[in-house]
Order: sequence, then C-alpha cells, then structure tokens
Amino acid sequence: MIATMESLPLRERVALALTITRREVSDTLRDWRIVVPIVFLTLVFPVIMNFTADVALDFVARYGAPIVGERLIPFLLMIVGFFPISFSLVIALETFVGEKERRSLEPLLATPLSNLQLYAGKILAAMVPPLLASYLGMSVYLIALYLTVGWTASPALLTQIFLLTTAEALVMVSGAVVVSSQTTSVRAANLLASFIIIPMAFLVQGESLIMFWGRYEVLWWILAGLLVVDLILIRMGARIFNREELLGREIDSLDLRRGWQSFRRFLLQPDGIEGALTLRRLLRWDLPLVLGRSRLALVAVLVAVLGGVGLGWSYALRYPLPNGVLVLKGAPMESFQEMQLAFLPPFTIWGIFNHNVRALLLEIVLGLFSFGALAVVLLLVPMAMIGFFMAQVSFAGYNPLLFLATFVLPHGLFELPAAIVTTALVLRLGASMVSPPEGMTLREAWLLALADLVKLFLLVVLPLLLIAAFVEVQITPRIVLWVYGG
Amino acid sequence: MAENDVLIQAEQLTKRFPSSERGTDGFFTAVDGVNLRVAAGEVLALLGPNGAGKTTTVRMLAAILMPTAGRAEIAGFDVARYPREVRRRVGLLTEMPGLYLRMRAADYLDFFGRLYGVPPAQRWERIETLMARFGMAEALHGRLGEFSKGMRQKLALIRAMLHDPPVLLLDEPTSAMDPYSAKLVRDSIASLRSQRRAIIVCTHNLTEAEMLADRIAIIRRGRIVALGTPSELKRQLLGPPLMEVRVAQPLDGLLPRASELVQVESWGSTWLRYRTEDPRQTNPRLVRWLTGQGVEVVTLSEVPRNLESVYLRVVEGMGGEEG
Repeated sequence: MIATMESLPLRERVALALTITRREVSDTLRDWRIVVPIVFLTLVFPVIMNFTADVALDFVARYGAPIVGERLIPFLLMIVGFFPISFSLVIALETFVGEKERRSLEPLLATPLSNLQLYAGKILAAMVPPLLASYLGMSVYLIALYLTVGWTASPALLTQIFLLTTAEALVMVSGAVVVSSQTTSVRAANLLASFIIIPMAFLVQGESLIMFWGRYEVLWWILAGLLVVDLILIRMGARIFNREELLGREIDSLDLRRGWQSFRRFLLQPDGIEGALTLRRLLRWDLPLVLGRSRLALVAVLVAVLGGVGLGWSYALRYPLPNGVLVLKGAPMESFQEMQLAFLPPFTIWGIFNHNVRALLLEIVLGLFSFGALAVVLLLVPMAMIGFFMAQVSFAGYNPLLFLATFVLPHGLFELPAAIVTTALVLRLGASMVSPPEGMTLREAWLLALADLVKLFLLVVLPLLLIAAFVEVQITPRIVLWVYGG
Repeated sequence: MAENDVLIQAEQLTKRFPSSERGTDGFFTAVDGVNLRVAAGEVLALLGPNGAGKTTTVRMLAAILMPTAGRAEIAGFDVARYPREVRRRVGLLTEMPGLYLRMRAADYLDFFGRLYGVPPAQRWERIETLMARFGMAEALHGRLGEFSKGMRQKLALIRAMLHDPPVLLLDEPTSAMDPYSAKLVRDSIASLRSQRRAIIVCTHNLTEAEMLADRIAIIRRGRIVALGTPSELKRQLLGPPLMEVRVAQPLDGLLPRASELVQVESWGSTWLRYRTEDPRQTNPRLVRWLTGQGVEVVTLSEVPRNLESVYLRVVEGMGGEEG
C-alpha cells in the first residue's frame, strides 16, 4: 500500500516536508493576531513610510541638506522590509514550542518523516508568510516612492536589502528553534527570545548607521556575517530538533546542580581516567586526552595562525616602512626597558603575564558569544603583527627567521602553545553547541568542552604564560642583544 | 505463539533519562529491562500507576524515543536501526489527542494521510469509512476546536488507524468518551484483532482491559511485575478460585465435617465459601455430600474476582502510586 520511506525519491521527500509547511502556513493565516499586523505592515506601513520620506525630502531640501533625504529613503526601505520579518520570530516560537505545549507535536513525531524533513518544513513555514509580507511591503514602498518622487533604487541596493532581509529572517527563525529546544512553554520561549531580539536590534541600528554614513559596501560584509550565523544556527537547530531532545525535556528548569555535577565530573574524573588529579596524571593522561579531543580545533587554529602570519606579511608588502626606521644592529638593553608605548604592558614579568592572561580571557569571553570565531580573530592580530615585522626586517636586509628566533621564539615557545591551545579549546566550546559529539546532548558536550578549557587554562596555560613572561623579560632581551647588539 | 506471528517484540528494553535527583547517579530509569511479545491478532493491556513507564515503553516501540539498552522489533524492523520503517507500521494514539484545533476533520486526516504516504484515492476512502465507523460521518467537515473531548479522542484514534498499520499502540483509547462511543471503540479494537493486528492498550480502566485484552502486563517502576492472561493473573496473585455454595437448610453442625472436604474460608447459616485448586473434582463431591446429609443446594458458583483486585494486590503490595 505504501512505498518504503528510504526508497522515496528526493522530490517526494521534499514534497513531504512541504506538506508540513503548507499546513503550518494555512494555520498561521487563520490566526488574526498574526494576519492583522502583517497586513498593516505590508500595505499600510509602507505608505506611511512613503509619506514620511516625501515630507523629509521636502524638509531637508529647504535647509540645503538633500543628502539626508537621499540616505533616508534606503534606510526606510530597510525598515519597511524588517518590520514584517520580525513576525517570523513570533511564528517560529509558536510553531516549535507552541506545538510542544499543546501536545500536538507527538502525533507528528510518530509519522515516518525524518527529523530533517520536520525541521525544514517548519523552518520554511515560519519564514514564508513574513518574508512574502516583507517583499510585498518593500514593493509597495518602492512603487509608491517612484510614483510620488520618482525615486528608483539601484539594483545593487535592492539586492542588498532583499538579501539582508532574508538572512535576518533566517537568523531569527533558526535562532528561535534553538531557543525553543530549551523550553517547553511559549512563555519561557518568549523570555529567552530576547537573546535573539537584542542582537537583531543592535544589528539594525548598525545597519542604519552604515546606511546614513553611505558605506553601502559594508552591508555586503554584514550579509556575509549573517550567512555564517545562519549556517551555524541551522546546523545547530538541525542537530537539536530531534525526537529524543523534543520529548526528553518535560520541564523548564535551570538545573544548576546537575550542571555543576556534570562539569565537576568532566573536570576531575573524565571518562577512562581514574585517581586524583595530580600533575603526573594531568601530563600523562588528561593533557593528551583533551588535546586528542580538540585535534580538529587545534588544526583549524594552526591554519589560522599561519594565515595570520601570511596576512601580516602581505600587509607589509602594501605598507613597507621607510628606509632606516627599522635598525636592529646595535640595539642597547635600555631600548627594551624604555619601550613604554601606551598600548604595551609594562616590561616586567607581572606586567606581561597580566597582559597575556587578560588577552586570553578576552578571547574566551568573545568566543563564548561567537561560537569561538572571535577568539580566532583575536589570535590573528598578534600573528599578523609577527608576519608584518618579519617581512619588514626582511625588507631592511635582515634574516626574518633569525628575527623570529631571537625576538619571538624564546618566550614564544611557551606563549604560542598557550595561546593556540586556549583558542582551540574556545573554538571547540563553540563547535560543541553547533555539533555535539555523537551520543552526547548539547548540554553535556558544552560542559565537557568547558571543563577541558578550564582545566587546561588553569593548570597548563597559566604556568606556560608565567614562564613565557619570565623568559620574555629576562632571556629574550639578552638573546636579542647577543645576536644584534653592538 | 508462532515466531513469525510476533509483531511486537521487546527484549530487555531499557530507557534512562538524565536526572538531578539525589541518589540517581545522574540518571532516572524510566523503563528497566522490559520483555514483551505480542502476536498478530492479540491485544495486550499495559497497566500501571502514573509514571510507571507505560508511555515511555510505547514511545520506544513507536520509534519516537530510542532505547538506552535492550532492543525492540516491530513487524521485524528494529526500532533503533529502522525507525522510519517502524513508524510506518505503527498506529499511535498518544496520551493527549494533540489535534490542530483550527483545522477541519477532513483536512486534518488528509494531512496525516499524506505524511504516512497513503495514496489520495485510498486516503479519502479510509477517511470516510473510519469516520462512519466511529459515528463521525457528519463531523467530517467540522472544525476540530468545536469537537467534544470524546470526538477529539475518536478522531485521534482514526488518525492512528488511517494508514492501516499492522501494529497499534493505544494510550487510553476510551478516555473522555461516553459509554456508547467507548463501546464503538472497543468493538473496533476487537475487529482489528480479528484482522490480525497486534495491539497494545495502555489503560487505567481495568474492566475494559479485562474485556479487551488477551494478556495483561502490569508495569511498575519501569519493570513488568506481572504478565499473563486475566485468569492466570488472578490465580497467580489471588490464589485458587473462591467458590460459594448456598443451601436451603441451616448448616448447623455440618461445618466441622465440611471442613474436612474443602478449605473453608468463611460461612453463614445457609452459605459457605471455600477455595479449591480443582473445582471440577471438588464441587460435585461437596454437592453429593450435602445432598446425602439432606441439605438442598440452591446455588454453587465461583465468587467473581475482578482485575482490580489483582491490580491492587500488585500495586499496593509494592508501595502504591509512583512518586
């Protein structure tokens, strides 16, 4: 009577996902609380914005500032597009967590559809009505603007705004899925939705500033960033939206005690390792285990480090220092002690140690909010500086490898592994949320990655940074003087 | 039970959930080593207090939750390895009907029919047949939000039967129904049994379980603590059948001698209750003896022992309702 699910062609599997979409969309369109505001934002709001633009153009023209009007029109286009898509968040929270709350999700989970089909069908359902409303609203605004003041948008601007609107809707919907996975009631989901609304509000403000500034090319970078966030959130949502997770969570509670117990176990008694945490155990068992678990992240960070050095070198090619600025030969010891620029730490063991610890802590904090990406970006800065100066000393007639061996490596042998390991662990912490290891819940995977980070940061990275600071103050200058001193 | 007749099979089926409760070692065991076999044409009633593990067992058999240990097969398909094939072959009536209340009945059933891959012509034929069978033909185009609780429950049952599955897992199938609707559902389950479906019914209605089920499993704290036919369970848990004889004349003076013939439990002036392992031998002997003593026997019957007594014996004997 029924064909086997596994043998269904792709077209039919997509059709099944779209069956979910169709039902959800028609259900949404039956809810006047969603339809009325969308209709208002689609048909009435653009006309109001059009009127605002018209009045504003007249007003600023009277004071000889037409540029304000010119910048206002694309900004209002973005706002007209953004308001309807804000409903995608409401719909997504309703469609994912609302179903859980009303207990209508289980019959759906009992059907032969795969988790991915259900997820894709629901994501589309949450996006389609607000996006169509948004496109329609922008079209109404553009047509009205053409008819009233004869303004037409450039194809590039139109593409930017339409793509940005779509990417923003996708961020909100895929973010809502992640939020929904942590709750069982719409009320709790609405409370957590501020984690999506606040960043989006900042983003729109940022976009507004950029548009008034007239740097429209920056919008492409924002679009690229949004697409990366979209991919991360969709991957994360696809991993989270599964039957086990959906039916396993029965109550909304922040279970700190259980979280602490798991964290403590991962920290002190990781799988397969017995006995108290001693220095011997740390070096013999814990360290190889954690590094092994983080090998992919380590490889990614090493590639980024090499990329950073290359980037610095390429900048040096574009911005070479004038001849005679970089003189290494005959450098006296005092030049190290007097090296007290505003952005550099005091050239003391404590000063350098303190600076490096703060830099890595900043990496960790930024990494927590960016799935580890900003931690890697932060590490790229000193790596690019090393590459930049290696290139500059090379242009000045010195051996860049000798420069590296004398100025960087003595303390870098300790400092670089500390920074690379920390960055890799922060990156793994972010990746654990996007793609937890098989057989682990998202929470367990995150706590395991956090425990590994805390353990290595406290017991390996900090001692390495202390040694590095000592070497940087006491030994590196002597090596430099020995090699380059007069 | 022939091996190829078995449509539902569970071996040491276990499900553990993370838990923060003290003394749980970080896990709560909802289902603990359950063994079950249900053949085609058989109805198994799963009884147990709230939180005993019935719903989790059913969810694992429906391939919605994956077992932590052990295994289960539905119509020959392993629930962990072929979850989608299992779901195609299972009709699940969930604890709550879980309907989309803004939809009309026809659209709702059509939607689920599509998801189960039922071809359009058969889909509509099945929808109309099932709606008529449950006395809902006139409600076909009604809005689900306007349905009574019983109608919603019947519609959820129709949803479970729509794709004509060989295995049905029914959680409280007659809850919230009026007696007539409940009878319709019971008749329907009996008809499905005769069509060689394997059916598991989770219920708190013990009379219904006794009427419907070929075998009964009592689950407690995730474990099957009693399993058998209703009569096997009664014998196992309540002891040998209890007989009652009523006579026309007073039994004065005969009681000590009657006690030599049967194991007397209680008595009155014109009645006597006794237990016997073998009523076919004991009853005629007692009747002959009473008649010989000039006592006329009015009635001799087994004292009815319902499933409730069995259930309460099992549950009370182990500490009552789950926490």
